[in-house]
Amino acid sequence: MEHIRTPKVENVRFLDRSSGQRKASVGTLYLSATHTIFVENNPESRKETWVLHSLVSSVDRPPPTPSGSQLILRCKDFHVFSLFIQQERECTEIHTALNRLTRPESYSELYCLSFNPNVNIEDRAQSWSFIDLMSDYKRMGVPNNLWVHTAANSEYKVCDSYPSELFVPKSAPPSIIVGSSRFRSRGRFPVLSYFHQDTLAAVCRCSQPLSGFSGRCHEDEMMLQALMKSNPGSDYIYVVDTRPKLNAMANKAAGKGYENEDHYSNIKLQFIGIENIHVMRSSQQKIIDVGEMRSPSMTDFLWGLENSGWLKHIKAILDAGVFIARAVADEGVSVLVHCSDGWDRTAQACSVASILLDPHYRTIQGFMVLIEKDWVSFGHKFSHRYAHLDGDPREVSPVLDQFLECVWQLSEQFPCAFEFNQRFLISIHTYVYSCQYGTFLGNSEKERRDMRLRDRSHSVWPQLWKDRSKYTNPLYQNQLSQNQSQGVLRPNTSPYCFKMWKGLYHHMDKSVPPRQSPADFLSAVREESHQLEEELTNHQERIAALTGRPVTWEKVQVPRRRVSQQWQRYLGPDPPTTYTQPITSPAHELSSKAANHKAGTAHPHLTLPLGVKGHDPSDLCTCSDLESGVADLSSHSSSGGDDGKDPDPYEAASTTA
Amino acid sequence: MCIMRQGHKEELMEFSEHIKTANVEDVVLHQPLHPPSRGTLCITGHHLLFSDREENSTRQILLLLRNIDAIEKSVENLLGYSSLFSKADYSKRISGSSGTITVKCKDLRVLQLDIPGMEQCLNIAHSIETLSCLNDVSEMYPFFYRPSDLSSQDQWGLSSSEKYYSEHKELHKRWRLSSVNRDYSVCPSYPPAVIVPKDIDDDTLKKVAKFRQSGRFPVLCYYHRKNGMVIMRGGQPLTGANRKRCREDELLLQAVIDSSDKGYIIDTRSSQQVQQARMTGGGFESKSSYSCWKRLHRQMEKGKALQESLIKLVEACGDESQNMDRWLSKLENSKWLSHVQTALSTAGLLAECVERDGHSVLVHGSEGTDCTLLVSTLAQLIMDPCCRTLEGFLALLEREWVQAGHPFQLRCAHSAYSHVRLQQESPVFLLLLDCVWQLWRQFPLALGFSEALLLRLATEAYFSNYGTFLCNNDQERCALGVKEKTYCLFHSLLKPTEKEHYTNPLYEPTDLAIWPSVHPQSLQLWRGFFLRWTPQTRHLEEAQEEIRNMVIEWGKVALS
Repeated sequence: MEHIRTPKVENVRFLDRSSGQRKASVGTLYLSATHTIFVENNPESRKETWVLHSLVSSVDRPPPTPSGSQLILRCKDFHVFSLFIQQERECTEIHTALNRLTRPESYSELYCLSFNPNVNIEDRAQSWSFIDLMSDYKRMGVPNNLWVHTAANSEYKVCDSYPSELFVPKSAPPSIIVGSSRFRSRGRFPVLSYFHQDTLAAVCRCSQPLSGFSGRCHEDEMMLQALMKSNPGSDYIYVVDTRPKLNAMANKAAGKGYENEDHYSNIKLQFIGIENIHVMRSSQQKIIDVGEMRSPSMTDFLWGLENSGWLKHIKAILDAGVFIARAVADEGVSVLVHCSDGWDRTAQACSVASILLDPHYRTIQGFMVLIEKDWVSFGHKFSHRYAHLDGDPREVSPVLDQFLECVWQLSEQFPCAFEFNQRFLISIHTYVYSCQYGTFLGNSEKERRDMRLRDRSHSVWPQLWKDRSKYTNPLYQNQLSQNQSQGVLRPNTSPYCFKMWKGLYHHMDKSVPPRQSPADFLSAVREESHQLEEELTNHQERIAALTGRPVTWEKVQVPRRRVSQQWQRYLGPDPPTTYTQPITSPAHELSSKAANHKAGTAHPHLTLPLGVKGHDPSDLCTCSDLESGVADLSSHSSSGGDDGKDPDPYEAASTTA
Repeated sequence: MCIMRQGHKEELMEFSEHIKTANVEDVVLHQPLHPPSRGTLCITGHHLLFSDREENSTRQILLLLRNIDAIEKSVENLLGYSSLFSKADYSKRISGSSGTITVKCKDLRVLQLDIPGMEQCLNIAHSIETLSCLNDVSEMYPFFYRPSDLSSQDQWGLSSSEKYYSEHKELHKRWRLSSVNRDYSVCPSYPPAVIVPKDIDDDTLKKVAKFRQSGRFPVLCYYHRKNGMVIMRGGQPLTGANRKRCREDELLLQAVIDSSDKGYIIDTRSSQQVQQARMTGGGFESKSSYSCWKRLHRQMEKGKALQESLIKLVEACGDESQNMDRWLSKLENSKWLSHVQTALSTAGLLAECVERDGHSVLVHGSEGTDCTLLVSTLAQLIMDPCCRTLEGFLALLEREWVQAGHPFQLRCAHSAYSHVRLQQESPVFLLLLDCVWQLWRQFPLALGFSEALLLRLATEAYFSNYGTFLCNNDQERCALGVKEKTYCLFHSLLKPTEKEHYTNPLYEPTDLAIWPSVHPQSLQLWRGFFLRWTPQTRHLEEAQEEIRNMVIEWGKVALS
């Protein structure tokens, strides 16, 4: 609290830019230790917006204007808020405070550790046992006579970024493990990630070998030999280096690099060409910029998309997953995946492959397990990548964002294959950045253990599970879609299959479509159908209880209105915005105000999981989905600018609408 | 084969001169989404028939020759090339010459036929080339097609100006039905009956027709019940270089609006283009002569530019390279989505003038048979819930495209693959369907029809068993007896057996306007059409099917 000198400012104008709001609302701004809170003055709505400090990625302050000073809050979940504060001094103070509050220096400042609601210790303990990785290994048939549990890394002795529980080939004794780990970057020796029971082939992961130009390691060669031997169906393995070959070669100069095929018998080396975290960071910034363009033409938009390179990167990751899945499922060959350190691109490639190979990971619970396994337990550096603490900006990169997007792209291609919808993915994305739960804190299992996170915070998964009805894809696992939900997915990775994920970047809020995918599109109906069934059962039960005999209905009045209301955002006498007039025309502001008013029921935008306000954070996506009453149709002015551009010499004034 | 049987005799006689080889055995057919299959290929006057001979399957593929946009043939039998052949090809070559015909269809399907025997292959190719672009409308398949279940037709079509007029009693106070064009002499591309202001008599209309391109004097095409405003459409005024005026034309427009009110004219050309149009005898309504009308210009591409856009897009979709940058830049370069954006935003502007601002609007470009119809159709879908049902939409298409004189015969003669030098081809109707699809995607509950309907229409306009899209206007259809000698597509789509497939299971009527977003991010490539033959689209169809099933199931629950 010592950083907050001005906890409250009145008459602040506030604009939720990401949801397409164009007319600022006036209200009061509060700063708390954990949130920036804006409460609208409008007595009817009193809309509240809560912005968690840890979700703010930057606070910009453009030069002040006569009407006041402005602060722009850019959030890690791609919301953008503008604040207009009349007094220069107050603005400075808020700015200073936010700058400090949004850049926590220690874990203890983070929401999940600083905010201690009165909760049951048993509940907390139970929340951590919700996901059990050992039972997932058991599910895939491990340990068995090919793969065994190793205690080599207990107490994180061999590799401090690996979990303590690991599975290795049966023929690899501890001496080989330790020797191999010495030859691998950060000690990340080859271990099992996924075992495919149908073919007995496995997906394994590690980091790059410390081979340099000529180095070799007998134990590491033995280790790879052991990997090959633990797949009786094949006499070689693929080594997938997910980096571009050039990058891998450059690493040789630093004493690292890739496996020399002359030293390892029976390996086939394959480079995939996923770019490094720095390229990805700037690519994502570019695609965010595309979304923020004021009134792009179709050409501007498609150029922006191309120049960002984002979809190209997503395709590369998916291609990596497809290569691995094919090798394992179709060829029955085991694959060893690595990049440099084996915690970014390797995690992406392995988890995409697992999703393609195993239908279980396409369920809500299975997906949680997958993230817990391939990302959390295997030492993906969450706190560095997602800037949980103020640190080196060069460590930040949207690695998990890309994985989630790959899954979204797959779900667009196979609308019936996933039990969850995009809201689930977006919620996970938000939780990864927001630090409301302990699950994603720290950079490795060891760090989390040392922080005693299990005693001090909650796991996110039970919360997501509790809300699963919101995250369920209604098209999943119906009679017709069996071939999508079962077996191995074989996606098409032609460029035309990739789309921009508007849902994540809140671009959809600016544009009209309330729903994007066929899957999302049906949720409402399914939900309703369920509700109806439930209602029917309830009624029947109640009547049965009252009358003592079961009742059948002649006909049920169907409350369908509820669904249709969701769709009526842009239905109505007024277009969401005008197709003719410039954005700032007063007539329009009126109409958009009305529209906002209509749509804007109070929804705290970022809410708290543990009951501070009793709102559920995942509401966020559902609300912003359905809410914003105004669309950015400024593109009309670009396509319709003829009036002004080529004035009629005879009647220039009159033709301008 | 049953559908081909009747009328077969005359067909055979007429087309036999083009068919040297009617049957070839042992042909291998490669088609998207299916493994190659071996069977017999048959060519008739209107069809390519392939019957699969493999293992007691009786699969047949019947392809209307009119569907074929282009073919490419290659024959292999020259021994001099032997060094070029790999070992695998060697045995094939030894067994005799063979040829391959790649068939590129207007529905964007690409088939490949491996035909044994060079001569047979060349004969087949020649027949396809000739028969697929016969220009004589009366020789086209709709005149031979006899569906088994539509034995007699009581009426042809769903809607007409007369019907529209009688359905809208509110119109009668200020508007009348004129039969000035009963013999198509005033405007050859208009239907015999049109709706015009009551105060304007037929003689005045004749004079106005002389002042408008192709005689297309302004007529009413939509009446907005909520506020009594209307949409009119016509051709451009022939003001010419010396700013000719036409008193009657001014009177007609004045009669549309109350003296105190004002109207809008939406010109689908830029103000620069209309200035240029004056040099060739065309022009625009000047402020001084039409003081109550305000002109708005929106430049919309049509004609060749649009056709080239389609060709580029289809080319991009067929690009096999896995390069993302290349795909995005080709997609951009095709400009197709820009055309979609412009069309929807112009329609939005039109609907806004009528619905929100409460003004009547006259739409025209130069001829008023392409973009004009596109814009007025989309605006009606945005505003009028009656147009959003399956029947309503088909009726709208019939009024605004078939009867309003969109020259289907010229515009849809060839599609994206054709090597023929382009003449009047232009995918305006396809652009309309794409825009409607965007609406359908943005408002999945508001439209009563399914994507399947749009896909069906997108192909029927180019090749069809039915007569609906034949010819360029009502007059031509009348002269050929289309209504008597062919069957109506719209009626067949509404047959109980077909109808379910073309309705939207989630349809929930709303009286409100549906305002499309034209933000670039809101517009998407119509994958269902442009990537129809990729496996990916199959998964999406499965999803659609699933939706239909769920709603049926849901309906059962609701009734239980």
